[in-house]
Amino acid sequence: MLSIQEEIEVQGVKVGGEFNVRKKMLLWLTISSGFLLIILILSFWLSNDHLRLNATNKNLAPSLGHLFGTDWLGRDMLTRTMKGLRLSLAVGAFASLISVIIATVMGICAATFGKAVDAVISWIIDLFIGMPHLVFMVLICFIAGGGIHGIVLSISLTHWTALARVVRSEVLQIKSAEYIQISRSYGKSPWYIARKHIMPAIFPQIMIGFLLMFPHVILHEAALTFLGFGLSPQTPAIGIILSEAMSHISTGKWWLVVFPGLLLVVVVKCFDSIGEQLRILLEPASSNE
Amino acid sequence: MSLIGENLGYYYHKDRWILKDTNISVAPGEVLGLSGYSGCGKTTLSRILAGYIAPQRGRVTVDDQVMERHTFRPVQLIYQHPEKAINPKWRMRDVLTESYAPSQEILDAFEIREEWLSRWPVELSGGEKQRFCIVRALNPATRYIIADEMTTMLDAITQAKIWHSFLNICKNRDIGVIVVSHETSLLNRICDRIFKVGEQ
Repeated sequence: MLSIQEEIEVQGVKVGGEFNVRKKMLLWLTISSGFLLIILILSFWLSNDHLRLNATNKNLAPSLGHLFGTDWLGRDMLTRTMKGLRLSLAVGAFASLISVIIATVMGICAATFGKAVDAVISWIIDLFIGMPHLVFMVLICFIAGGGIHGIVLSISLTHWTALARVVRSEVLQIKSAEYIQISRSYGKSPWYIARKHIMPAIFPQIMIGFLLMFPHVILHEAALTFLGFGLSPQTPAIGIILSEAMSHISTGKWWLVVFPGLLLVVVVKCFDSIGEQLRILLEPASSNE
Repeated sequence: MSLIGENLGYYYHKDRWILKDTNISVAPGEVLGLSGYSGCGKTTLSRILAGYIAPQRGRVTVDDQVMERHTFRPVQLIYQHPEKAINPKWRMRDVLTESYAPSQEILDAFEIREEWLSRWPVELSGGEKQRFCIVRALNPATRYIIADEMTTMLDAITQAKIWHSFLNICKNRDIGVIVVSHETSLLNRICDRIFKVGEQ
């Protein structure tokens, strides 16, 4: 008798615990998206006037008036950081998206359209991987004429290869599954099978690939800018802020690096967290917990 | 008017024939048993008859017609492992309606509960999933069903119940059934005729 009662209690606790897991994940999801939203709103709300050169406010340490301090030209670092993050996020999202689309299309084509197509696409992937990454990006960026266009183009054309390989092997593996053969026996079209069976199976891979590309893209944007092929110096991009601050950090102006760098890390982590929680919520094995 | 396999020959490695000159036929409403030792080609023969693989020799006809691609196949195969035959990322309702929308009558015949429909495949047992696979195969356009070790993983009582409802529906609709099984007692009990694979 007692043991049954105990068992019921244990089950009750367990059910309660699982419910909290789901709640906790939703909370994390809200916090992460809320944080990104605040950055986005701030970046629009803060006035461009703070970016004017101001000889009286040079090199101020963080205070209530300037939360992130000011730089050597008297520009408010909070405003610069927020606007820089917005630009970096926009560039990152756009370049990652294009890259993921190229990877998915290439991967699925390689896996489904027979040996000849597979050989050609695998050869292209090897070619892209074999070339030095940064040199290739500089080349494309230079040809495209620099600026945001150049950055987006060069990053999305060079980052799709690894993900395309993953997608290809996933599709190859799932293609021969029994449930897909059964679907075919119902007379379903290849398009139906691709949309309903294959896409949901590779979606987690694509999403993770998208999120992992984000920091890469932002860092490469900074690298290209640093080398002088990317954005112009007055554009408030996070890469430019960091590379400019490099020359001032040795003179003790820590706020020029710490706050923008920290925020960049937190933003990337937010994206990571959103992706992870969504994956857990969507995955069948864990979605009803 | 039958499902007929004529002179079927099949090998996986060249000149090592699994099946050779095999002739098999099932009439509508008939229950044919397939028996034989492990690895004798029972499953291969089922897959050929259901149109999943093409034989190297011979041909399969359904009611005097060769099966067409890209339409519903009138010969449906029920697999041994339901967990492989169901997309793990689909809810059970979608699994069921991928083939057709079954009536409440059929669901009741196999004791499929309403609440199972909104669950994921991992949340049902193998036997429960197998019932979905059976219902799925009973499309109105199905003329023949091949049951490859369909109830092997179930206990005796459930097995009896499922075969009872399954054969009832097949008899009513005049569906020809091929039962693949190791269990001679099951085959003797339900089959009109038994075909031994690999002994001719």
